[in-house]
Amino acid sequence: MAANPLAPIPERDFDYWSAAHLLRRAGFGGTPEVVQTLHAAGLDGAVDRLVEFTPTVDDGDRFDADIMRPRSTEENQVLAKARDRGDEATVERYRQDRQQRQRRDRTQLREIRRWWLERMIKTTQPLEEKMTLFWHGHFATGYRTVEDSWHLMMQNRLFRAHALDDFATLTRSIIRDPAMLQYLDGDQNRKGRPNENLARELMELFVLGEGNGYTEADIREGARALTGFTYVDDAFEFKKERHDAGRKLILGRRGAFNGDDFVEILLAKPETSIFLCEKLYRFFVDDRPGSPDAEGRKVVEGMAKTLRRSKYRLAPVLGQLFRSRHFHAPERRASIVKSPIQLVVQSIRELGTPIRDDRVLLEATDLMGQNLLQPPSVKGWDGGRSWINTATLFVRQNTLVYQLTGRSPGLDAERDGEAPEPFASERLVEHLSNDGPPDPDLVVDYLLRFTLGTTPHPDRRSTVRSFLRDVGDRIDRDRITAMLALITAMPEYQLA
Amino acid sequence: MSLEPRAYSRRLFLQRGATLASTVATIPWFVQNAAAGVMPAEGMGSSIPGVPDGRVMVIIQLGGGNDGLNTVIPYYADEYARLRPKIGVGAPGSNRPAGAALQLDEAAGLGLHPRLTGFKSLFDDGRLEVVQGVGYPNPNRSHFASMDIWHTGRSDGQGTGWLGRYFDNTCNGSPTPEAAISIGRRAPLALIGDVQKPVSFEDARLFRWKGEDLHPAMKAPYEKVVRAGLLDGIDPDSQAAYLMRTSLDAQISSDRIRTAVSRASNPGYPRGPLANQLRLIAAMIRDGMPTRVYYATLGGFDTHGSQLGSHANLMGQLGDSLKAFQADLEAQGSADQVLTMVFSEFGRRVAENGSGGTDHGTAAPVFLIGSKVRPGVIGDHPSLTDLDGGDLRFGIDFRSVYAGLLADWFKVDSASVLGTDHPPAHLLRS
Repeated sequence: MAANPLAPIPERDFDYWSAAHLLRRAGFGGTPEVVQTLHAAGLDGAVDRLVEFTPTVDDGDRFDADIMRPRSTEENQVLAKARDRGDEATVERYRQDRQQRQRRDRTQLREIRRWWLERMIKTTQPLEEKMTLFWHGHFATGYRTVEDSWHLMMQNRLFRAHALDDFATLTRSIIRDPAMLQYLDGDQNRKGRPNENLARELMELFVLGEGNGYTEADIREGARALTGFTYVDDAFEFKKERHDAGRKLILGRRGAFNGDDFVEILLAKPETSIFLCEKLYRFFVDDRPGSPDAEGRKVVEGMAKTLRRSKYRLAPVLGQLFRSRHFHAPERRASIVKSPIQLVVQSIRELGTPIRDDRVLLEATDLMGQNLLQPPSVKGWDGGRSWINTATLFVRQNTLVYQLTGRSPGLDAERDGEAPEPFASERLVEHLSNDGPPDPDLVVDYLLRFTLGTTPHPDRRSTVRSFLRDVGDRIDRDRITAMLALITAMPEYQLA
Repeated sequence: MSLEPRAYSRRLFLQRGATLASTVATIPWFVQNAAAGVMPAEGMGSSIPGVPDGRVMVIIQLGGGNDGLNTVIPYYADEYARLRPKIGVGAPGSNRPAGAALQLDEAAGLGLHPRLTGFKSLFDDGRLEVVQGVGYPNPNRSHFASMDIWHTGRSDGQGTGWLGRYFDNTCNGSPTPEAAISIGRRAPLALIGDVQKPVSFEDARLFRWKGEDLHPAMKAPYEKVVRAGLLDGIDPDSQAAYLMRTSLDAQISSDRIRTAVSRASNPGYPRGPLANQLRLIAAMIRDGMPTRVYYATLGGFDTHGSQLGSHANLMGQLGDSLKAFQADLEAQGSADQVLTMVFSEFGRRVAENGSGGTDHGTAAPVFLIGSKVRPGVIGDHPSLTDLDGGDLRFGIDFRSVYAGLLADWFKVDSASVLGTDHPPAHLLRS
């Protein structure tokens, strides 16, 4: 066993299946062709292709920034006068305008979700979207409290712009982010009556990590440092008159700190790099209860060292991880639970199923426990085993049936509708035939290994093989799709 | 043989739905883990450690904010008629456009909505308890936020559900998947604990794999794959092992639930979504499911405009469905083990608005139904003159209602579940 689990694997060990594993973890997987291309680039080429990218300029501007804009001073005056005069009609008009805006904004929220899902499905820079999803779960902010879809759109762009950039800049930006300031009551954090919500989560969930040596007094002092950080309409504003400019004592350091100083103090703690790398490790490498284990702990420490050396830039950390022996060890293959988004996006990108109705897919991920832009709490999604229970397993299996066949997971399938778009499943095994039809044994082996991401259990192989025999032992579109329906219903299919 | 997906046939669907898999060879994981350590004779019958045998709670959530003032009518109060000129219900025997209340408590001047004849008859039979003026401090008027507060039992609406925590605390960390069942697409937060995850389904026919509809040859290999449990050579601590065990549990849940609901009978239930849910719940109770909490929902209570007709229909549905449910439970002999609670995330403002509706308000009544309730009206009706910015002031904190149910129905220390020391309300017959 090598002393350093973060040392890169030898180039010769980077085979087709390593490339497939890499693409699943660093992205959302790809078709056999895409995996082949990535493999051909070699280990360094493949990792660089995933990790080195120029941040995307997105087309989110097509969304309306003003649906939930605050009322203008003039409008406020009109409304106040109407109230004073008892002018019910005007008050009622304002009330209805507000309700109509709320409805429009909820519609736009759904559009933004679809827009993001489509990006994940189509992007050529999958790690960019995957890290955007990671940050959304890390700096978790939900629509129910924010109630402004544009603010969540802005936050989503922030995550994307800093996807693999440095964590320090991202953290300084998040304490200026309107959605976050609304979510954690930044607006109410004022001199003389501090609101501790944001300071507490910066300590506990965002930067330093629970149990890493801070006290309630540090939280209170941190909240004082953040006073005056608020926003007006869509922009951050530092309101000097609300800021407590006095001296604070935070984690043993004294000074007339402001919000940025507070963040710097947290980033200077070595525990911060460990905390963040542990979270990345659970997201990319091992999500079992109790992770990281002893070797994983060494990996996390190595990652944290790289992170500190790179001044909190993530690209070097993930580049090193994705080349490492630890990451490519056989026991890592198909060993973490796919998030609902991963399940849906990966099945499209990897199997090449039609996208079908993205609204149905978003509804399905919600039923599986992951509603984009509405994480369950400021803790984000717990991930791992928490995704899986007796109810979500059926939703997962049935969503895959829908993707493979176009048959809706609901009772709607009973209605006659247009024929669903066909899924050209034969493309997955095209490369296995020379002349004439491919060998059924070969096809079964390949489909299982490709779809499950690891060598299948012999029982699974024999079940699929005898099913194929029972239905005529021929390889064609319908039989491949039927085999995929079976394989995707296997408990192991939930793993990446 | 062709593998063209078949045209979807309803008849075929129902046939297959009724054909249930044979008995399961492996002892499911959650039974192995159960503190009792033994497999009860009849399936998983009744042993959830820490939960009194046989006691069932049914929660009915009225989504949207039910207009409590037009549910339990304070016809004694002049303010009521004055603030609700269009939609106010009159005293029993009176003649108003919104109808005359059904007599509930003549001395207190309280009646029921005219369409709540079902509740009236439950009341007359000593099966209905009205807890008045239930709410909480600093009321939140957002549907979502207030619902989260009710579901978590916490003022910030964050964290796990109150019943989820109850199961977490009592089941020693071994979740029993069917301990809580909700009928609906989404599991309600109230039932979600750190460990406990409820089963939820909108239609029991969907609580199964749809792939078997593609071709008859698919069912057998599917069953083999999902019921295999832990395969040999798999690390028992791995995520793969966890998935294999959960997969088997899911099949067993599906079998039990679909068997139970396939036997649902239907005498006396009205039409409508609530009645359909309650019919399934009664069937699952009859079948001896190990479930301790069932959750049903009825939506449509967000009556901002022209509410007279729509609210009346909801009242009719609510009362008639619950009356039928209670009669069904009595007929099948399980009435003594079932307690039903009806709540909504908030009531509505005292004054009607300009569109013949009502806007989001605060305190409202909670209803308890069953043979073990203290029948009658509990608590005072909130004052209609001492308002808080046009809203009712609550009299009983909803967490005191929860505490009373946890203590007296489930026999647990309510403070350890709720994390607050709200005094348990005395709600059940002792």
